[in-house]
Amino acid sequence: MKINWFKYSSPATFYTLAGRLIPWFAAVAALLTLAGLYWGFFETPDRLGGSNPQKEYYRIIFLHVPAAWLSMWLYVVLAGWSAVGLVFNTRLSYMMAVATAPTGAIFTFIALWTGSFWGRTSWGTWWDWDPRLTSELILLFLYIGYMALHSAIDDVRRADRSSALLALVGLVCIPIIFWSINCPDPNQCAALHQRSSLDRIDPNILWAMLVTTLGLWAYSFAVVFARARGVILTREAEAQWVRDLIAAEAKA
Amino acid sequence: MRRRTDVLTTLFFFIIVVSLFPLGVGTEKETLRILGPGVVWVAALLASMLALERLFAADYDDGTLEQMLLTAQPPALLVLAKVTAHWLLTGLPLVFIAPLIGLQYQLPGEAQWIMMVSLLIGTPVLSLIGAIGAALTLGLRGGGILLSLLILPLYIPVLVYGAGAVTVSMIDLADTQPYLSLLGAFLLLALTLSPLATGAALRIALE
Repeated sequence: MKINWFKYSSPATFYTLAGRLIPWFAAVAALLTLAGLYWGFFETPDRLGGSNPQKEYYRIIFLHVPAAWLSMWLYVVLAGWSAVGLVFNTRLSYMMAVATAPTGAIFTFIALWTGSFWGRTSWGTWWDWDPRLTSELILLFLYIGYMALHSAIDDVRRADRSSALLALVGLVCIPIIFWSINCPDPNQCAALHQRSSLDRIDPNILWAMLVTTLGLWAYSFAVVFARARGVILTREAEAQWVRDLIAAEAKA
Repeated sequence: MRRRTDVLTTLFFFIIVVSLFPLGVGTEKETLRILGPGVVWVAALLASMLALERLFAADYDDGTLEQMLLTAQPPALLVLAKVTAHWLLTGLPLVFIAPLIGLQYQLPGEAQWIMMVSLLIGTPVLSLIGAIGAALTLGLRGGGILLSLLILPLYIPVLVYGAGAVTVSMIDLADTQPYLSLLGAFLLLALTLSPLATGAALRIALE
C-alpha cells in the first residue's frame, strides 16, 4: 500500500488527522510517564554506590534527563520543520514549527529547574557556570528569541520565514550542548556536570528513564498537535472548510 | 552611518560603560584586573549592537535597499560591504581605544596587546552575526530590543574566548594562542556563513 504523504501537508486534512491522533498520544503519554515515574520512584535502589554515593535525591534523574533530551530534540524538530518550510514553502511546516517552540522551551526550563534542585543537594549549589548548564541556558534563550521574533512580526508569511531562518542559525548550538558534557580532558574544562555514562548505568534505572522519555515524547506529540490545530484554525479562519466545520460544531 | 555622531556615540558609549564599572565595584587594583577583560568585552558587545539597528534601516526606509537587491550582484556581497562599513565605524575604533581602557583597569602591557588583538579578531564576528539579527528585525516596531534578544545569545562564544584570551595573558602569554585561534575560527565561519544568512533574511524582509 502506498500512502500519499503530501495529502497530509494540507492543513485541512492534517487538522482531522491530528484530531484523531491526539487522544492516542495523550493516553500513551499518561501511561508511559506514570509507569516510568512509578518504576523510577519505587522500584530502583535507594542509594547509588561509588565513592560519592547519591541518595534518594538522584531520582530527579527520571525527570531531569528526559526533559533535557527532549529540549534538544524538539529544537532539532523545530529547525527541521523550519528548513522544510523554507525549502518546500509548505504552510503546514511553519505551523508545526510554531507549535513546537513553546513545548521545547518548557522542557528546557524543566531541565534547568530540576537540575538546579539536584545541584543544590548534590553539589551544594543551585547554579554553576559549567559548560553544560550554560549551553542549556543559551538554548532557552534561543527558544525565547524564536517566539519573540515570531510574535513581533505582524505579517504571518514574513514572521514564519524570518523565525525559521533564526531557528536554523541557532542550530549551531545543539552540537555544542550535546558534546559539552563529553569534554575530552576533564582537567581542561572545569565541568561540574557529570559526563554521560549511559553505557555504565544500571539497566533498571536506564529503562525507567527511557520509559519516561517515551512518555514525555508522546506528550509532546499530543500537545504540539493540539497547538497546531489551534494555529491552523486561527490562520485559516477565512477558509470555507473552517466555516463548514464551525457550522457543523454549532449544529451539534 | 551618515552623520559624525553615529561613530562618536558608539565609541563614547563604550568608554562610558567601561568607566562606570570601577565606580560601582570599587577601585582596588586586583579587582579591576580581574574584572577588566570581561567588562571591556561586554561593553564591546553592547556598543557593537547599539549601532546594528541602523545597519540597514536608513536604506530600507528610502527604498535603496530594494534597489540594491534588484541589481545583478549577489546579496551576500552587498551584505559583506555593509558589514565592513559597520565594523570600520564601530569595531575598529574600539581596538584603538582599548589601550586607554587597559590603563584605567591597570592591565599589564602584554595584556593590553592581547586585548587589542582579540578585539581586532573578535569585533568583525560581532558585526557579522549582528547583521543577521539586523536583517531579521528590519522595519519592526521595537526592533532594537528584540535584536538584543536574538543576537546576544549568539555573541556568547566570542565573549568567552575574547575575554578569556586577555585573562589568560596575565598568567602566561603562551597560553593565549588557542583562544586567539578559536576566535580566528569563529571569524572564518562567520565570514562564510553570515553574509548568506543575512542576504536570505533581507530577501524575506523585502518581499
